[in-house]
Amino acid sequence: MNPDPAGREAAPREEELPDREETASSVPLRDKLVFPVLLVVSIVVALLIASLFLEFTGNSPGTVFSAMIRGSVGSASALVTTINHMIPLLIVAVGACIAGRASLINIGLEGQLAFGAMFGAAVGLALPAPGFVAIPVILAASVIGGAVWAAVAAAFKYGRGISEVITTLLLNFVAFEVISFAVNRSWLLQESPSEAAYVSLNPQSDRLPDTAQLPFLASGEGFRLQFGIVIAIVVAAGAAFAIARLRWGFRLRMFGFNPRAASRFGVRPWVIGGSALLLSGAMAGLAGGVLLSGHVMRIRTGFANNYGWEGLLVGLVAGFGPLYAIPVAFLYGALRAGGGVLAATGVDQALVGIVQALIVIAVTLPSLYMIYRSRQRQARAIRDRA
Amino acid sequence: MIQDITIILDSASRLAAPLLFVALGEMVAERAGTLNISVEAMMLGSAFGGALGSSVTGSPVLGLLIGIAVGLVVAVVQALLSHRFTINQFVVGLALNILVLGSTSFLLASIDMIPLQFGTWSIPVLSEIPLVGQALFEQKPPFFLLYALIPLIWWVLWRSRWGLEIRAAGEDPDSSTITGIPVNRRRRQAIYLCGALAGLGGAYLSVGVIGAFTPNMTAGRGFIAIAAVIFGGWTIRGTVLGCLLFAWADALRLALPAIGVTITPQVLISAPYLLALLAMLLFARGKRQPAALGRTFAPGKA
Repeated sequence: MNPDPAGREAAPREEELPDREETASSVPLRDKLVFPVLLVVSIVVALLIASLFLEFTGNSPGTVFSAMIRGSVGSASALVTTINHMIPLLIVAVGACIAGRASLINIGLEGQLAFGAMFGAAVGLALPAPGFVAIPVILAASVIGGAVWAAVAAAFKYGRGISEVITTLLLNFVAFEVISFAVNRSWLLQESPSEAAYVSLNPQSDRLPDTAQLPFLASGEGFRLQFGIVIAIVVAAGAAFAIARLRWGFRLRMFGFNPRAASRFGVRPWVIGGSALLLSGAMAGLAGGVLLSGHVMRIRTGFANNYGWEGLLVGLVAGFGPLYAIPVAFLYGALRAGGGVLAATGVDQALVGIVQALIVIAVTLPSLYMIYRSRQRQARAIRDRA
Repeated sequence: MIQDITIILDSASRLAAPLLFVALGEMVAERAGTLNISVEAMMLGSAFGGALGSSVTGSPVLGLLIGIAVGLVVAVVQALLSHRFTINQFVVGLALNILVLGSTSFLLASIDMIPLQFGTWSIPVLSEIPLVGQALFEQKPPFFLLYALIPLIWWVLWRSRWGLEIRAAGEDPDSSTITGIPVNRRRRQAIYLCGALAGLGGAYLSVGVIGAFTPNMTAGRGFIAIAAVIFGGWTIRGTVLGCLLFAWADALRLALPAIGVTITPQVLISAPYLLALLAMLLFARGKRQPAALGRTFAPGKA
């Protein structure tokens, strides 16, 4: 018998390792087939429910779905719109992955994204500089802003032992009010009256100078592919590499599997946990900065526009794997793009939300069910051995 | 001055009541280990259900009951997915929040309804008490349920076996399982209770306080209820105090411009969240969160 409670806990938890890096041979063939079948079935069921809903409310399901497909992947410009929506989702998801691998639940990404963008906007408006200076400075300021907001939660957790789940959730709402305060004060970020081209109901800041605009990768009739996609892919690949190959990544995963065992091996919780929280906040801030200088060009109330929450969902659906997050983010971006076109065809905007939510659930359920299955398989394996 | 205070207290009571129902339910769910963010969906869905129900049946009481039923439906989905299939509770909550927000806004656009409202009951003698009489004893009927509900929840959580098992499931699911407590079943039951109470609170908002349904009418009140539970350190006393405090802040925000005092609105809006954070910072040692809060419990995972 091992008298050490941490040791007792560590041994069975190691069974979890194949869960994340599920090797091809460890999964029975039947289970490999189950997933795509389940995915198709659940999407079909969701579409049926949505169709019934549409039929019942006097809309034509065919028109709605074809508009959504046309608007997301139907043409070059639709595809570009999808990719542009995918950028902030993917960067936020990478942040969710970093925290998630350390078993930390950062549900404050939405607030960190907005707070980072506010930093970026403040710096961008204060320092008119040529583009090759302005853009990196704005992005760096956004990264710092997001990390600062996450650092508050990290300080609560490692200073006073208060769960990050709670603090990150509450800090979202505080961040929104800080931004609302800033864009309503003339001595802070409020739009100067002379620049206001129209009276906006939504308080906002001045527009960033044109030099702060991220370059476009390609542009054509009715579309402009944003440079952010390069940043997003690089960040996802970098995070995947760091988690899988660096010493820091190894400690992160060890800490995530079993914090007590990790600390016995000399991993200091506040170093690894704190850096994971800060980095995930930094990623959310970067997403805010890319959104700011790539597209929105000013900070306003409601800036985050649910990118933070949906990015978290992307990370969760991807099982906290930054590379898996790329296709998932593309799918969620397609839903956003398709929804935009649907709304433009005169269908109620709220309906777009329903169709999106149903498809989100349909896409989310099978992968989570697979995690459930693999957990049960492990439990069986443990029982059989015992 | 006295009249101003009476009016502010009265309006705070009206704002606090829905929050209290929701926060009491949320506290039970959190004690069992679920940080139930779909409480916002429960509240919004039941506000819609209450308005629709009262408009179809012509009775605010039936509207209230239909609201509770809607809250329960959301709770069943949340409980089934997060504590039977052990799907991450935040994914389920986020998806439910999006779904309910979309469906209620959309249905509202395609349905005409004339929601009914409760009349005001006034308890004789007691409602004559200066300052607090009107706030405490001249309210819509469901308000008076609170007087029974608060002690009842206290008794259930701290004096009944079920309540003990709920708290054990939220503190240490592994030990609870060894002791023979069906952890995930208790957690599901706590979510059902939360759904019913959040449903009551949501329906009270539409048929009791406001008398109409507007898109996204709860506007984050569910999250304020969560903040109240945290502010209250997961105790009944603290949760009730938190709800009252937040309702006072809200009532002040609405009343101050009329009296001619200006306080930055952003400070008052963020007050609940800042107070909850501050309370945790100050009382972190005494008021600890349930140890397994927000963690999925997968039995058989050793």
